[in-house]
Amino acid sequence: MEPGKTKVISVLVENKPGVLHTISNLFRRRNFNIESITVGATQQKDIARMTITVNADEKTLEQVTKQVAKQIDVLKVEELEPGNFVMRELALIKVKITDSKERSDVINFINVFRGRIIDVSTDSLTAEITGGPDKIDAFLNLMKTFGVLELARTGITALARGAKSIRIDE
Amino acid sequence: MPKMSGAQALLESLERQNVDTIFGILGGAILPVYDALCGNKKIRHILARHEQCAAHEAEGYARASGRAGVCMATSGPGATNLVTGIANAYMDSSPIVALTGQIPSYGVNSSYMIGRDAFQEADILGITTAITKYNYQPRSVSEIPQMVTNAFHIATTGRPGPVLIDLPKNVQSNIDEVEFTNTPNIRGYRLPQPPDPAKISQAAELLAKAERPILLVGGGVILAGASDEIVQMSDLLMAPVATTFMGKGAFPENHPLSLGSIGMHGNPAANRLIGEADVLLAIGTRLSDRATTNLDTFAADAKKIQIDVDAAEINKNIEVDLAIVADAKASLKMLLTAISKKLRKGEGKAWTNRVKEAKEQLSPLLKEIPRDMVPKALLSELRKLLPQSGIVTTEVGQNQMWSALYMQVLQPRTFISSGGLGTMGFGFPAAIGAKVACPDRMVIDIAGDGSFIMSEQELACSVMEDIPVIVMVLNNSVLGMVAQWQRTLYEKRYNAINLGKTPNFVKLAEAYGAQGIRVNSIDEFRNAIKTALNSKVTTVIDVPIGSETDVVPFVPPGCGLPQQRGDY
Repeated sequence: MEPGKTKVISVLVENKPGVLHTISNLFRRRNFNIESITVGATQQKDIARMTITVNADEKTLEQVTKQVAKQIDVLKVEELEPGNFVMRELALIKVKITDSKERSDVINFINVFRGRIIDVSTDSLTAEITGGPDKIDAFLNLMKTFGVLELARTGITALARGAKSIRIDE
Repeated sequence: MPKMSGAQALLESLERQNVDTIFGILGGAILPVYDALCGNKKIRHILARHEQCAAHEAEGYARASGRAGVCMATSGPGATNLVTGIANAYMDSSPIVALTGQIPSYGVNSSYMIGRDAFQEADILGITTAITKYNYQPRSVSEIPQMVTNAFHIATTGRPGPVLIDLPKNVQSNIDEVEFTNTPNIRGYRLPQPPDPAKISQAAELLAKAERPILLVGGGVILAGASDEIVQMSDLLMAPVATTFMGKGAFPENHPLSLGSIGMHGNPAANRLIGEADVLLAIGTRLSDRATTNLDTFAADAKKIQIDVDAAEINKNIEVDLAIVADAKASLKMLLTAISKKLRKGEGKAWTNRVKEAKEQLSPLLKEIPRDMVPKALLSELRKLLPQSGIVTTEVGQNQMWSALYMQVLQPRTFISSGGLGTMGFGFPAAIGAKVACPDRMVIDIAGDGSFIMSEQELACSVMEDIPVIVMVLNNSVLGMVAQWQRTLYEKRYNAINLGKTPNFVKLAEAYGAQGIRVNSIDEFRNAIKTALNSKVTTVIDVPIGSETDVVPFVPPGCGLPQQRGDY
């Protein structure tokens, strides 16, 4: 992630079919670059939250926000105030293991990164790492020396800090 | 609650929206709706001869009347043929509601059918996502009334646009209890907010102090019905008014302060003065590339104020100094009151003198008008013969840009053209739609031979449905606008532009039962228009013109508005 240019926007949408298509199609159509997009349920069952990370300058971000806000299935859009939100990403990383020395090295790294081992076989090990994208990138770099067999990243999900919340009152 | 089929619920919902006309073509997957239309006395169905034209007809109806136009097609190819028409309405912010049939959502064995590539299945929701304001697909009969109410609300309010309802065949024919409502229920849809008084006050301050104010009026002013307010604003500020191509008609072009339209093929007086202004008030325009040409030099010396109902249009193309996101009419009313309190009388004489001088020097219609078969002479003659309320549509290409330059438009909603998408073949079906909406008014399509043949089969529709319009074919036997570009920008390397002397437009018209007239002089043209204006049947007037006639002046790609080229 390029510091300063990466923005996180939180979008509350109608939880119904076609909405993800509408939003992702809009980004493609207007040439906005998505770094990651995550979608999931909220505490209100008919509302879903999309967390979208974009690499954009202020002018582009203004257009992104306005174009997204214009969609009828979008209930609310807000940029998360830089430095004032918490964000997490989860990654599953399957690493190649050739001997017991490598296994114990990998386990040590996982512990340092406060990750967890979620699957082991004689010649592989799968780790779960949660954190900001920088932390996951750092861990991934270390694992490359052993050999990454498979990688799955969820993309960023985020919430504003403190009592401030982006929600729809019922 | 009454029990009825989905098709009946649809028609009753449409009647509640005061729909009196549907332009369409039927097919297997929309048959239940056509069956329910049998004997319907309130809704007239007009059989188009191509679905794209049905959509253009609905748009012509909408733009002439200000009410939503409705088109209908079957599933699959019927629906995909609507796509260009829907995209056209989206680009020009026209309120249309498109109804499409869809294959049954459930088959005979109760398994879900959509998505299995059945016969004439097309994912029209997916296809139209980027070119509709919204689209719907009811899963049950009971959803239909609310959906239709919502669709018309979305299509006609805020920034208008097309809405599509895709109707699975089983939902059309199933019978269920329905409850009708006239109240839209869309929680994510926000109507425009009233103008911000602080912004109005700042704008009033800028405009009242301006020495060389100019108004730039787009199609949004016509949609908002704010033409009177523009006239008042111009009078109050003694400000000249330029329109965009889409804004033609928003301000009477015979007014002393009218500059005509700006743009690549704009009126040179408008293109020149917009660069001399110190304050620019742009209303209801997205300031598109064809209007502004070079974004960096556009009105470079002016403080820019933009009024638009769509927040996403602010700073999209041109960065402005002050933005008011609200309805044009409401904003202009507030602004008029605010300015009249601040304005000092008796100033601005130097600017109005400059406007007069620039118009006399630069306006094409104030230069000599020849008596030959050239577009300027023909369109000037047409203006004299056509009543002020007469509706002009155009095709796309040279015919359209000549209309922009030479056809004075005097009233809103009397100039209908494909501005954003530039769809050849739009003008004739749009004329048919306009005539249906306004049967007492004269409607003429200013066409080129290349564009007209893209929709000529609608002659059958206009003759059989008794919708008499006039098509004036500026016939140069080439695809003229691209020929002009090849001539001027590609060193005369002509390719694929020759149309030859075919068809014979008189015989073509007669083959459909319409009237065809070929003219060879201005006098014959005048007589043909008079004959056509009194005709009870559609008339095609074949008007031969030179095949190397350019639309001049024009702004070459990359240049700014004042850098127009070409003797005119």
